[in-house]
Amino acid sequence: MSERRPVLAVIGAGPAGLAATLAAAARGVRVTLIDSGTQAGGQFYRQPAPGLGARRPQALHHQWRTWERLRTGLDTRLADGRVTHLTDHHVCWVERDSSVEGEPVRDDPAAPGFTVHALLGPEQRESVAIRAHGVLLATGAYEKVLPFPGWTLPGVVTAGGAQALLKGGLTLPGRTAVVAGTGPLLLPVATGLAAAGARVVALVESAGPRDFVRRSRSLAGAPDKLAEGAGYAARLLRHRVSVKARHTVLEAHGVERLESVTVAALGPDGRPRPGTALRLPCDTLAVGHGLLPHTDLADGLGCRLDGPAVRVDDEQRTDVPGVWAAGESTGVGGAALSLAEGHLAGRSAAARLHGTAPDPARRTRAARTRTRLRAFSEGLAGAFAPPAHWAELVTDETVVCRCEEVTAGAVREAVGSLGAGDLRTVKLLTRAGMGWCQGRMCESGVAGVAGCAATPARRLPARPVPLGMLAAPTDDPPPAR
Amino acid sequence: MVVVGAGMVGAACALYAARAGLDVILVDRGPVAGGTTGAGEGNLLVSDKEPGPELHLALLSARLWGELAQELGTAVEYEPKGGLVVASTPDGLTALARLAAGQRAAGVRTVPVDASELRSLEPHLAPGLAGGVLYPQDAQVMPTLAAAHLARASGARLETGRTVTRVLRGADGAVRGVRTDRGDLLAPAVVNAAGTWGGEVAALAGVPLPVLPRRGFVLVTEPLPRRVRHKVYAADYVADVASDSAALQTSPVVEGTAAGPVLIGASRERVGFDRSFSLPVVRALAAGATRLFPFLDDVRVMRTYLGFRPYLPDHLPALGPDPRVPGLFHACGHEGAGIGLATGSGQLIAQALTGGTPELDLTPFRPDRFAEEATA
Ligand SMILES: Cc1cc2nc3c(=O)[nH]c(=O)nc-3n(C[C@H](O)[C@H](O)[C@H](O)COP(=O)(O)OP(=O)(O)OC[C@H]3O[C@@H](n4cnc5c(N)ncnc54)[C@H](O)[C@@H]3O)c2cc1C
Ligand SMILES: Cc1cc2nc3c(=O)[nH]c(=O)nc-3n(C[C@H](O)[C@H](O)[C@H](O)COP(=O)(O)OP(=O)(O)OC[C@H]3O[C@@H](n4cnc5c(N)ncnc54)[C@H](O)[C@@H]3O)c2cc1C
Repeated sequence: MSERRPVLAVIGAGPAGLAATLAAAARGVRVTLIDSGTQAGGQFYRQPAPGLGARRPQALHHQWRTWERLRTGLDTRLADGRVTHLTDHHVCWVERDSSVEGEPVRDDPAAPGFTVHALLGPEQRESVAIRAHGVLLATGAYEKVLPFPGWTLPGVVTAGGAQALLKGGLTLPGRTAVVAGTGPLLLPVATGLAAAGARVVALVESAGPRDFVRRSRSLAGAPDKLAEGAGYAARLLRHRVSVKARHTVLEAHGVERLESVTVAALGPDGRPRPGTALRLPCDTLAVGHGLLPHTDLADGLGCRLDGPAVRVDDEQRTDVPGVWAAGESTGVGGAALSLAEGHLAGRSAAARLHGTAPDPARRTRAARTRTRLRAFSEGLAGAFAPPAHWAELVTDETVVCRCEEVTAGAVREAVGSLGAGDLRTVKLLTRAGMGWCQGRMCESGVAGVAGCAATPARRLPARPVPLGMLAAPTDDPPPAR
Repeated sequence: MVVVGAGMVGAACALYAARAGLDVILVDRGPVAGGTTGAGEGNLLVSDKEPGPELHLALLSARLWGELAQELGTAVEYEPKGGLVVASTPDGLTALARLAAGQRAAGVRTVPVDASELRSLEPHLAPGLAGGVLYPQDAQVMPTLAAAHLARASGARLETGRTVTRVLRGADGAVRGVRTDRGDLLAPAVVNAAGTWGGEVAALAGVPLPVLPRRGFVLVTEPLPRRVRHKVYAADYVADVASDSAALQTSPVVEGTAAGPVLIGASRERVGFDRSFSLPVVRALAAGATRLFPFLDDVRVMRTYLGFRPYLPDHLPALGPDPRVPGLFHACGHEGAGIGLATGSGQLIAQALTGGTPELDLTPFRPDRFAEEATA
């Protein structure tokens, strides 16, 4: 292993991070791959814990072959020492090397350096610092869940949470399930629950067929994805899951825990159609309303955001030199798009860290895939949408921020009579979004109820850090390399 | 009259002016408390002020906060919890005692606390401190709630999301109102309560006012049961507040809040409006706080935030009528004390607006004092 090879820190070992790692390592870069999980795979290729002895994890995954290729590639690189994989490392912030006054510390200003600070293990009481010449952010996305009356009852879980249980722990969250909300994630969740033995009584999706027809141009550009959708449809049919398109959950009922949900059809104005309410007994309700990019680390580095996502150029570079981003942190588009972006980012990082430019001719295939899939996901994003007036269904008593137990009524009062006009002020006035999850869970819901834009809040550190660790860093990097 | 800026200071000006019988329009380009008020802490302090005009303003303000608390106390999370200033060395304690003596002469209540008593006041304080002084008049509010509730209680017409683009003046030079991006608001008096942007608003009326930003970071911990009872800080904080240095200064100021989290602030640096995150600053704050309260070692920081204090070169606010522009009043530049000093400032502005004699001499706060210096 040559000491002179540049080091790239890749944060996130999902599809994007893995593809980037392999692309960069193949081009003479040493890669430190950092992830909070205990195994590589990210959200998409989430692995069952080894102790569970799952015999056929592939039954829970499609695109198993792609995963096997990535896994083998990673194993090879781990064996030849080109890649170091740091599992159970929770990155709380990434620092550009600079002193307090903003002067570069190092004598070579042309090669800015980075220090990645991560907390170790489930305890997260110790930290390490990882030095690198470049940083590639592949931190993925998190779920967006909108509130409705009863959504805090035990038995109501997020779609991704149900999914993670299936993929990671192979346990069945409940026996009779309803899957509801909007977005492509609901399909694998419904079929996954059914395949694991749950009775899935309904898949309640607020988008309807017409929303897709209107966007058929961009959607037709990705026939493989449409086929994937068709495959889900067949499986839903096989498991007798009743698909209720243009429907929404009005309320979840239960005393101690979830007992049933009321769903209703949506009228042309996006409001529930009177007389269509239907009560479905169930003990599990998996809800999701799409995904939002993780941007905390990028934001802390000063990278420009585009709406809710990290802004990148066609090489996946952010506007901060030495920082790349790929996958769902740059916009939500599924695993295949994350792979393409990761690959392009890894190639660019390798070239740039060696002081050259990536070969434009050779990146055309991945770039074409990226273009096609981005158009597809934009089409999807437009088609899958929560009901236009969902916030009207949230009663004043409904708790919208669980950590701080803030009700929709309190949020409405902050806007109505206290003069809050943006999400930040609503938060300060009500404490909504200030608790343990720092608004990751409730920000969209609070913004919707308040009727203001869901501007992404700056959330640093990306993980809560013990003060003692900050005060006396055990992780001070060695002064020189 | 028109008040420009719906931060803590503007809200207080609106309240006292309305109570003095004036018709008030409160304008802000953003929401209520969207400026520095929503990005700072809410300490109402007399303890950190050296004897002088600012201390007089602080004492007046403390009294008025106490009165307001009768009606709005819970809504604004008012807590008269007192401040405890500690010294780590005998020399530091001597300096602190000297400061306290001067403050006492100016009317501040101070209670010397010797080393052995410190821990009965604050059981979780680090051992080995030299001693301290308790300031029972120090209190606390939640700034955003305070600004919003004072604005509401004033009954002023609240115009948020409206940017003032010009201060309108008549042929005689007197103020006629303000121009905004959504039409003119006419009034014979305009109060500049634009905080860190007070210099810009003054310029809209054609007069200079050298307000500059001084950045501060605050750390917020996970919610905890009450373990820090007072607002606790190290004696060197007083020196930092009055410092003229542009470089970073951090001294630990630790306080519990009604909502549970402990706030640790605040750093002071002059770096313009630089919003980028600074790990060294955050580390220095953490180090200071854990030195005072060792139990904080294991407590997690949930978030950090930053704001820009509005400061004027002599660290005093600009308060009162501007002799250069009849009808223009200033109430800005309160630096790191605008929450605490808001009530007194509002009261003095209301007294000046209604032609009465303000209960404090406004001379040290004259808005045109810097112009004179420049020509002198
Ligand atoms: C809960 C959930 C479930 C999903 N289920 C499916 C599904 O079943 N089918 C499907 O097609 N798509 C699913 N998706 C969409 C899926 O995320 C994408 O298709 C794909 O995984 C995106 O790849 P990525 O590499 O961009 O991000 P991810 O796969 O999300 O990988 C990001 C990685 O970064 C790590 N990370 C993030 N922040 C930090 C940090 N601060 N420190 C250390 N590590 C960090 C994460 O642990 C994660 O391993 C799901 C998404 C979510 C959020
Ligand atoms: C980290 C930190 C900690 C602090 N801690 C404390 C503390 O413990 N105690 C204390 O007393 N003080 C503290 N302060 C200081 C305090 O926050 C400020 O002094 C105070 O908020 C100033 O209030 P203001 O109303 O003057 O300004 P702001 O709150 O900034 O209000 C000014 C308003 O004017 C508006 N505005 C500007 N230009 C225009 C225009 N052209 N048209 C319309 N509107 C305009 C802005 O939108 C803004 O809302 C702290 C500050 C910081 C940064």
